[in-house]
Amino acid sequence: MVERTSLAVRDLAVHFEMEQGTVRALEGVSFDLHAGRTLGIVGESGCGKSVTARSILRIVDRPGRIVGGQALLDPGTAEEADLIAMDPESRRMRGIRGGRIGLIFQEPMTALSVHYTVGNQIIEAVRAHNDLSKAAARDRAIELLREVGIPRPELRIDAYPFQLSGGLRQRVGIAMALAGDPDIVIADEPTTALDVTTQAQVLDLLRRLQREKNIALMLITHDMGVIAEMCDEVAVMYLGRVVEYAPVADLFTTSRHPYTRALLRAVPSILATPRQRLATIGGAVPHPGARPSGCAFHPRCSDFMPGRCDAASPAPLRPGEAGASCFLEAQP
Amino acid sequence: MLSYLLQRLGLAVVTCIFISALTFLIIRLPPGDFVDAYIANLTASGSSVSAEQAAAMRIEYGLDQPVIVQYARWMGRVLQGDFGVSMVWRRPVNEVIGDRLWLTMVVSLAALFLTWAIALPIGIYSAVRQYSIGDYIFTTLGFIGLAVPNFLLALILMYLGFRYLGLSVGGLFSPEYVQAPWTWARVWDLMKHLPLPAAVLALAGTAQLIRIMRANLLDELRRPYVVTARAKGISERRVILKYPVRAALNPFASSIAYLFPYLVSGSIVVSLVLGLPTVGPLLLQALVAQDMFLAGAIVLLLGVMTVIGTLISDLLLMWIDPRIRLEGRA
Repeated sequence: MVERTSLAVRDLAVHFEMEQGTVRALEGVSFDLHAGRTLGIVGESGCGKSVTARSILRIVDRPGRIVGGQALLDPGTAEEADLIAMDPESRRMRGIRGGRIGLIFQEPMTALSVHYTVGNQIIEAVRAHNDLSKAAARDRAIELLREVGIPRPELRIDAYPFQLSGGLRQRVGIAMALAGDPDIVIADEPTTALDVTTQAQVLDLLRRLQREKNIALMLITHDMGVIAEMCDEVAVMYLGRVVEYAPVADLFTTSRHPYTRALLRAVPSILATPRQRLATIGGAVPHPGARPSGCAFHPRCSDFMPGRCDAASPAPLRPGEAGASCFLEAQP
Repeated sequence: MLSYLLQRLGLAVVTCIFISALTFLIIRLPPGDFVDAYIANLTASGSSVSAEQAAAMRIEYGLDQPVIVQYARWMGRVLQGDFGVSMVWRRPVNEVIGDRLWLTMVVSLAALFLTWAIALPIGIYSAVRQYSIGDYIFTTLGFIGLAVPNFLLALILMYLGFRYLGLSVGGLFSPEYVQAPWTWARVWDLMKHLPLPAAVLALAGTAQLIRIMRANLLDELRRPYVVTARAKGISERRVILKYPVRAALNPFASSIAYLFPYLVSGSIVVSLVLGLPTVGPLLLQALVAQDMFLAGAIVLLLGVMTVIGTLISDLLLMWIDPRIRLEGRA
């Protein structure tokens, strides 16, 4: 791979200390983000996708706690820095948050405060990472709004979020994530709350911005269509672990983990006959506090091997290498 | 925005009219009138009043007219700033109330600001550090504050203030200033006397407002826009104060509307205990004596003040919440 590695996440583990016991939200997650490339993180709700994003930014809410692992910014260079080792409130971490790593949110309705104009909220982000006067920061904010394709940005900058449509709000969210000129962007379900047409526009926008700025993009979604359209590599997550990692084309043609195959089967097909039932994955994602023994997917797995899958965990994946964490694979 | 404002103003005026009518009815509700009470009083002390004298008094005070006429006459004069003559004091109601109205306002506002000044930071602390030792301590103190009757606290504080701090307790003025005309020295004397009654009155409201602030802020802290703000890389203190606290302020603004009448009415017993020259004790006397013009004037003024308080809180809400300002809805 020729691209520079921007961020290397290694064995990231996050626990939530609840009254009912410890919930292991992440159990050793590893992956790399490369400049100019897109990594898709896919999985059902509750698999730890958003917790991963927040852990990297060091904004996990209590009672969540990072108990292990590393998140190396610029790995292998002289500037290599482990985000997990930093004080989350330190000036350095705050500079990275928004300055090196931008975050785009799922809910354009609720991700912006209704109490301030969009200009106020973007200008705040601009000034957090640039030494600019108010007027200069305002000009920069207008420029950002124009960059994300908001018409008449010099007027829209004084609008409140509730005066904008969902699509425009999501563009404002993207402009805000770009305010500190980050080279890594984490998009947490950026299109889930949008209608299909707006979705396509927002995805186009993300692709264009990534190309222009050579951004390393981490795209969290549960939409296989978005994955196919946007990503270079894909990490499939299940209950706090990466269970399969593959280049996007391989994932759709030769997926190796039964969970991935089940997810793909659940995508509605345009070739299906009328009134054909949609395929579903039996059961629901177990609560992370009640993790099944062995391979956590075994109660829902179509290839469940009694005495093997429920007895031990399959070997975790080596970061950057395609494969599946499954007993159907060759075990080291 | 303007239509919202006009709508609120219109509602305020209508409410005031209803308050005046209701006030009048309530005052007329007890059996008998002032003359009956007056005669009963005189009889109790050994003198007697002839039927002619009683009738003459009724005509003098207009008590022989139909209720609606009495109400119209009363309102007509009230609108000109004349609240009639107090039957007990035999002086114009304006004179009897005099400074008491303003002193009531001063005490209530002092209590209100004290309530905010204590409840806001503690509420924020308790929410941000939920389940910390500090949170538990404040929560415990808050519930004690909620449960202890004001007058009991007033007595305890008076005792402590007098016994250990040598304060001149009771009243709002030192003896030499009670009858004195308004001077800066008298204002200063008032300031020195204000903390005790303000603290007593503020206590229960504070406990309540801490709980409200804590609960609201806990809700707001979990909202996505807080994560957005954090992800910008601004300091946690700034994140909390600028975003969720601002959103949790709405009930603070509303609190003016509901704390105000509570402070005024709740102050009657405390005022009696502390000997405050506010309208509370006066209202009590007037009601006991069926002095309807005095009681009516006080009830009406308190009612109107509450309406004004509500109006102010509406304006504050408009200022705090752009959704109300721009769309007239929350």
